[in-house]
Amino acid sequence: MKRRAVQTAVALGTVTVLAGACSLSGGSGQTGPQTATVTLVTHNSWAAPQEVLDAFEKQSGIKISVLKQGDAGALTNKLVLTKASPLGDVAYGVDSTFASRALSEGIFEPYTSPEADRGPQRYAVDQEHRMSAVDVGDVCVNIDTGYFLAKGLPAPASYADLADPKYKDLMVAEDPATASPGLAFLLGTIAHFGEDGWQAYWKKLKANGLKVDSGWEEAYTKDFSGSSGKGPRPIVVSYASSPAAELGEDGKPRTKALLDTCYRQVEYAGVLAGGKQVERARKVVDFLLSQQFQVTVAANMYVYPARQGVDLPAGWAQAAPLPQQPAQLPADKVQAGREKWISEWRSLVGA
Amino acid sequence: MSLSVRDLTVHYGSFAAVRDVRLDIADGEVLALLGPSGSGKSTLLRAIAGLEPATRGTVNWDGEDLAAVPVHRRGFGLVFQDGQLFGHRDVAANIAFGLRMHRVPRAEHAARVRRLLDLVGLAGYERRRVTELSGGQAQRVALARALAPEPRLLLLDEPLSGLDAGLREQLAIDLAALLRRSKITALLVTHDQEEAFTVADGVAVLDGGEIRQEGAVRRVWQGPADDGVARFLGVTTFVDGVASGGSVRTALGEVALPEVGDGPVRLGLRPHALRLAGSGGAGSGVTGFGVAGEVTAAVHRREHLRLVVALGLPEMSTVDAVAPVTADLRPGDTVRLTLDPDGIAVVG
Amino acid sequence: MTPRAVLTARGTGLALLGVLPLAFLVVFFAWPVVAIVGRGFTAGGVGAVLGDAATWRLAGFTVASAAASTVLAVLAGLPVAYLLARVRLPGVGLVRTLVLVPFVLPTVVVGLAFRTIWPDGGVLSLVLANAFFNVAVVARTVGGLWSQVDTRAAEAARALGASPWRAFRSVTLPALAPAISSAAAVVFLFCATSFGVVLILGGARYRTLETEIYLRTVDLLDLSGAAALSLVQFAAVVAALVVGAIARRRRDGAARVRSGVDGARRPRGGEWWVVAAAVAVVGLLLTPIVSLLVASVSTPDGWSLAGFRALAGTGVRGTLQVTGWEAASNSLRAATDATLLAMTIGVLASVVLVALRRAPGRLARGMGETMDAALMLPLGVSAVTVGFGYLVTLDALPGDLRTSPLLVPLAQALVIIPLVVRMVLPVLRAVDVRLRQAAATLGASPGRVWREIDLPLTLRSLVAAAGFGYVVALGEFGATSFLARPDAPTLPVAIAGLLSRPGELNNQMAYAACALLMVVTVLAVVLIDRFGAVRGRSAVGEF
Repeated sequence: MKRRAVQTAVALGTVTVLAGACSLSGGSGQTGPQTATVTLVTHNSWAAPQEVLDAFEKQSGIKISVLKQGDAGALTNKLVLTKASPLGDVAYGVDSTFASRALSEGIFEPYTSPEADRGPQRYAVDQEHRMSAVDVGDVCVNIDTGYFLAKGLPAPASYADLADPKYKDLMVAEDPATASPGLAFLLGTIAHFGEDGWQAYWKKLKANGLKVDSGWEEAYTKDFSGSSGKGPRPIVVSYASSPAAELGEDGKPRTKALLDTCYRQVEYAGVLAGGKQVERARKVVDFLLSQQFQVTVAANMYVYPARQGVDLPAGWAQAAPLPQQPAQLPADKVQAGREKWISEWRSLVGA
Repeated sequence: MSLSVRDLTVHYGSFAAVRDVRLDIADGEVLALLGPSGSGKSTLLRAIAGLEPATRGTVNWDGEDLAAVPVHRRGFGLVFQDGQLFGHRDVAANIAFGLRMHRVPRAEHAARVRRLLDLVGLAGYERRRVTELSGGQAQRVALARALAPEPRLLLLDEPLSGLDAGLREQLAIDLAALLRRSKITALLVTHDQEEAFTVADGVAVLDGGEIRQEGAVRRVWQGPADDGVARFLGVTTFVDGVASGGSVRTALGEVALPEVGDGPVRLGLRPHALRLAGSGGAGSGVTGFGVAGEVTAAVHRREHLRLVVALGLPEMSTVDAVAPVTADLRPGDTVRLTLDPDGIAVVG
Repeated sequence: MTPRAVLTARGTGLALLGVLPLAFLVVFFAWPVVAIVGRGFTAGGVGAVLGDAATWRLAGFTVASAAASTVLAVLAGLPVAYLLARVRLPGVGLVRTLVLVPFVLPTVVVGLAFRTIWPDGGVLSLVLANAFFNVAVVARTVGGLWSQVDTRAAEAARALGASPWRAFRSVTLPALAPAISSAAAVVFLFCATSFGVVLILGGARYRTLETEIYLRTVDLLDLSGAAALSLVQFAAVVAALVVGAIARRRRDGAARVRSGVDGARRPRGGEWWVVAAAVAVVGLLLTPIVSLLVASVSTPDGWSLAGFRALAGTGVRGTLQVTGWEAASNSLRAATDATLLAMTIGVLASVVLVALRRAPGRLARGMGETMDAALMLPLGVSAVTVGFGYLVTLDALPGDLRTSPLLVPLAQALVIIPLVVRMVLPVLRAVDVRLRQAAATLGASPGRVWREIDLPLTLRSLVAAAGFGYVVALGEFGATSFLARPDAPTLPVAIAGLLSRPGELNNQMAYAACALLMVVTVLAVVLIDRFGAVRGRSAVGEF
């Protein structure tokens, strides 16, 4: 028994040495003695200009090491799974759809950022301020305006229009089980038609030739006619900000978001409970809410800053204005209903 | 400097391929292990080499038990039936392999390889690829390779049986000369009696995993221990007789066998023990009048005409016999056969 | 020391060799998987999912579609294997290289390419796409053995009056059976656990165990449901492995390897049909690739190299944290580490496996077969399960490997090891045991025998395995996307990142990155194949 333990230890040692020996794929940045590294766990959509991060490092002595962990759902679930031994110090990207789970699992520590009263407080989800809103993003139906002009068809504008036989076989959406815009759109219809009314609406959508893809990539780049893919369908479920990326040569948007079909998701940041550098983690949250960072989110992550008085990039006012009355469901209601709705949706629309 | 095997038993699963074998090879002796296929002779050789674990018994060299000595430390050379040359190396590298393994200084390799190639009659073949060698050349290289590290015992596993007849004979003679000249202790496994007798000093006959008989070549040839051994050694007909005064009387006639003591005796006849009476090749030892019969088959061989003769005797319906190549015999012809002591073994 | 003691000593040596592969498997595979599945069990509700008819429909569809893809891949791969092993025509070397390209393409890209041909996806496109990825596995694995199989047996059969087809079926095919069953087992596992392609081409209608496990684990955090499905997946994989092992055992030792033989020649008569079939297969494989290359240089306004120029940057407004070139260099480094690690462990494991197979006694052979199957399991278990398993276990190791960049090559190695074993094992096993015995009687110790006999004779296979493993590591997406750090993405991860953002340039850059990945793959394969060929040839007469 003892000998076996020794063997195992030797083997483990060998593995570790081997692993160490071939650490060509290193990449651990050199940090000066006065800089500390804080690990930011986030979703795959994270993007920030390096200059802004460098400036923050210079002024605070904190180097942010980014760890991407899938989409918002995956990120939340991974944070839940690792709450006993957190992956990092601070997390950004848990959205309103998953906020309830994050809160009830206690993955965040309470922290009220001094920057929170500049706008983020509007999206607060709990009294203890465990999560601070960083940005908001709206999922809306997008249309290829050129298509409707060319066909001489009035562009659709509302949920009801989408089920109109006039627009038969023109729309593509994403599976709410596998794509977060799909889930947001489903939640939008639930908010709009009520918990008992959305099923009938989806039946109509399906009867009207709705196509469902697993991911945003296929729907937007392959099936949607307004993107570079030049697909066959002029109506797609995407983001309110997407038209800003589809400007024609004249600088005018080729696509448009239908502002009456939007569902709002708020993305939050928080200090991870059980982290070893709580003070520095708080400073990172402050940074995420600061003017300095907020001004970058629109251009880099196609979302709208939670902070008030932050300018949007040129062109956004026309191509991608922030929807004024997006639908939203309370986080706890989403938490309670999500799985049930998805499985109902699957038996209704899938298969 | 001798091998001694005691009570060696090798099992494949529950089948005993070799059972309680006792065997000795003296220094410089060449012993042939003779037996039909499936008799266990190769297994015995492999067990001696250390390639096959023994269930029971011991293999000793000079009194040292080799059970704990792995193959590569036994210092026994091995030549396989099909050479097993290393295809990814040339002839010289094949031969030098053992030298490298035994850390013979590199500088000596070339000279020793050359000497060994001379020895096996392949001078100048160093740079040949082994895939370009003929079967006989490959076996010569295999032999040279096995000899290179100067093994204390050379094991030859049917080294010639993959070759054609003429080549086999020539190579057997070469092998015999080479082993004698180099005074190598060797164990030759073969199913070919002629090969065994050409190459070896002593012979052990193995059948069903057991040694039936062991002894000097001539002794075993002339006096097989039982019918089984006799049959394996080429005897096709058995006849009982009575010896008196250096002559044996049988149903097939009388024959002079001066070394046989008086009393009942069992003779084993090889085909050439019965010859066409009165023919020139019949030698002077023929006595008596022989026996008459009818030819039922006649086949031409290189040195004689091989006959099957129906005798009409109650104890033996047909016998094998030989006639000179020139004899013009056909099935149906009546012949008279006489006994030739040269083809007769005394069984038991 | 008794004879038995010698055997035991040999056994101890083997055990020591076997410890490293086993330890690796336990730490980086078994432990994480058991931990995460265990969590699902403690949460309860596993039984309910297992009792659900939908679960079994899912399992049925998974197995059936994977089996269909496997059959297709084998049928398409055999003519190509023949071409690679037996035909001497200009361009064969090129085919040997090109056939590997599909294998490294990120699933997202292939899925999208197939969607261009079948806009609505569906079962057919799904089966075809999975087969598309895996033709290379069959062609290279079987071709490797085929080129070393003695042609004389087939010639003998022809002389006995067998038609070429009959000779192939009754002589060559059985000799190739170990490689074919090996390849088929690997392909089946790849197909049964294929993820991206199923998601894109199956849409919301066709789901497999793998996509469902992903969904339940990643999106729903329904660990008990995922655990139940993992059990089903595990059972299906083990069943496939058992079938493969039985097929292998029946044909064991069917192939005799001859060294220094080049059986390739110009095809004659009916053989041209086989060559034509192989060319057709290669042509089909290249179609999506060509369309990708076209996509990488076309914009709505005509041809442009903008995508390639963009590789020097980080995408539209920093979609990536690194440039395309840096991602390429990350890919190369991670793949190198993974290949080194996988070769060490895979070759060790193969040596142990061969020794166990040759060892007397039922116990050793049983152990060998168990280890053989265990080594294959990483291919059959969802990358998500392993990845989430890492999250809940690897913090216990020094240095918290969960967030370490080392995890990428480790996870890639986990995927490559079974491939290395499958490629090396048949050839290693086919080395005539008497050659090794001849070396032993000449004074070579077991280690020396391995170095002097097995290594040179299997060098080509080892190099081929390394090359193949390298390429797999280059293209590995499932586990890598899970573990790669954003400051060090590999090319496939970067491509997926680019495709997930709107904007024409991102799209073009993604396709350009695909082209880059293909070029890197082709270069790597050419280099490694060349090295293998040269060493293989010069090894004759070198020592």
